Amino acid sequence: MPYPKPPVLTPEEQKRRRNRSLALGLALAAIVVLFYVVTIAKLGPGVLQRPM
Amino acid sequence: MTTASPLYAESRATPGVSQGDVGDFVALLKPRVMFLVVFTALVGMVVTPSAVHPVVAFASLLMIAVGAGASGCLNMWWDADIDAVMTRTRKRPIPAGKITPDEALAFGLTLSAGSVLALGLVSNWLAAGLLAFTIVFYAVIYSMWLKRSTAQNIVIGGLAGALPPVVAQAAVTGAVGIESLVLCAVIFIWTPPHFWALALVKSGDYERAGIPMLPNVAGPDATRRQILAYTLLLAPLGLAPVALGFGGLAYGVVALVGGAGMLALALQVFRVRTGEPALRIAQQLFGFSILYLFAIFATLLAEHAFGLFRPVLG
Repeated sequence: MPYPKPPVLTPEEQKRRRNRSLALGLALAAIVVLFYVVTIAKLGPGVLQRPM
Repeated sequence: MTTASPLYAESRATPGVSQGDVGDFVALLKPRVMFLVVFTALVGMVVTPSAVHPVVAFASLLMIAVGAGASGCLNMWWDADIDAVMTRTRKRPIPAGKITPDEALAFGLTLSAGSVLALGLVSNWLAAGLLAFTIVFYAVIYSMWLKRSTAQNIVIGGLAGALPPVVAQAAVTGAVGIESLVLCAVIFIWTPPHFWALALVKSGDYERAGIPMLPNVAGPDATRRQILAYTLLLAPLGLAPVALGFGGLAYGVVALVGGAGMLALALQVFRVRTGEPALRIAQQLFGFSILYLFAIFATLLAEHAFGLFRPVLG
């Protein structure tokens, strides 16, 4: 069964999609940073000093 | 609620491709309401001392803001039909044809679940549960049920807007204290005169949309009586933080002067009932009510966050 043809986007639609993708990427990166910082804050600096 | 708006269908949009820009999705979150939620939640955090790390407090505040935005988004999804016929709301992304109802629903549900889960992980599950309750109360109890069925819609529904200080206090202390409950009560009692003043001015809009706001159901005069009654409750209630010891001298002065201003305007709204002056006074009360709430919360914030607290009692 052939795949359906992808829709052809207008330049304006392409621009909006790019903006949405960029915003989503930045939001996800911000969440990663936030959870990392919260983890360090909750566990304290001792989290980095575990025995080898 | 799943059909695209007529504007969306008439546009030259490529089928199956989102037409929303980033700004449209941000608008779905009602940024001005989010700001008010962040502001009142922040005050709920600072009125009681807590040992929580500032990063955790910041992350909690962020999740409360996202949860508030999510409930606003779900409200816009559900109310797209009435937003389209009201002048105040017809430029919102869904009635304007920029975002489909399905996109808004998916966006709202994702952010709701994400904010509750993240708040639970970042702070505690009491706060997360309270945030979930707030979202459900606003999106389901208020938007889907009360708003179109009773003239007391904004009285009961106002609880959703009043809860952020409670959620915030739970996030940083793990418990709900009298301080945040008093702040919640102040916002709850403030909501009816605030919205009914707007409803007096925009009664034609609400009539067209078929929303049973008090001026359309009980009449403008009954609304004016109710505005006065709630303001008579609000003015002394605004001083409760002083009596309970977490509102200082500056807060007491601001709450006293602000409460007197609210009462004076509510009395004017009660007395001036016809023509352009009546609408003007109602509009003034609406504007002043925003200033009043902002001023008393800002003063509490200044007293607790910047060491300006001077006790009135004891």
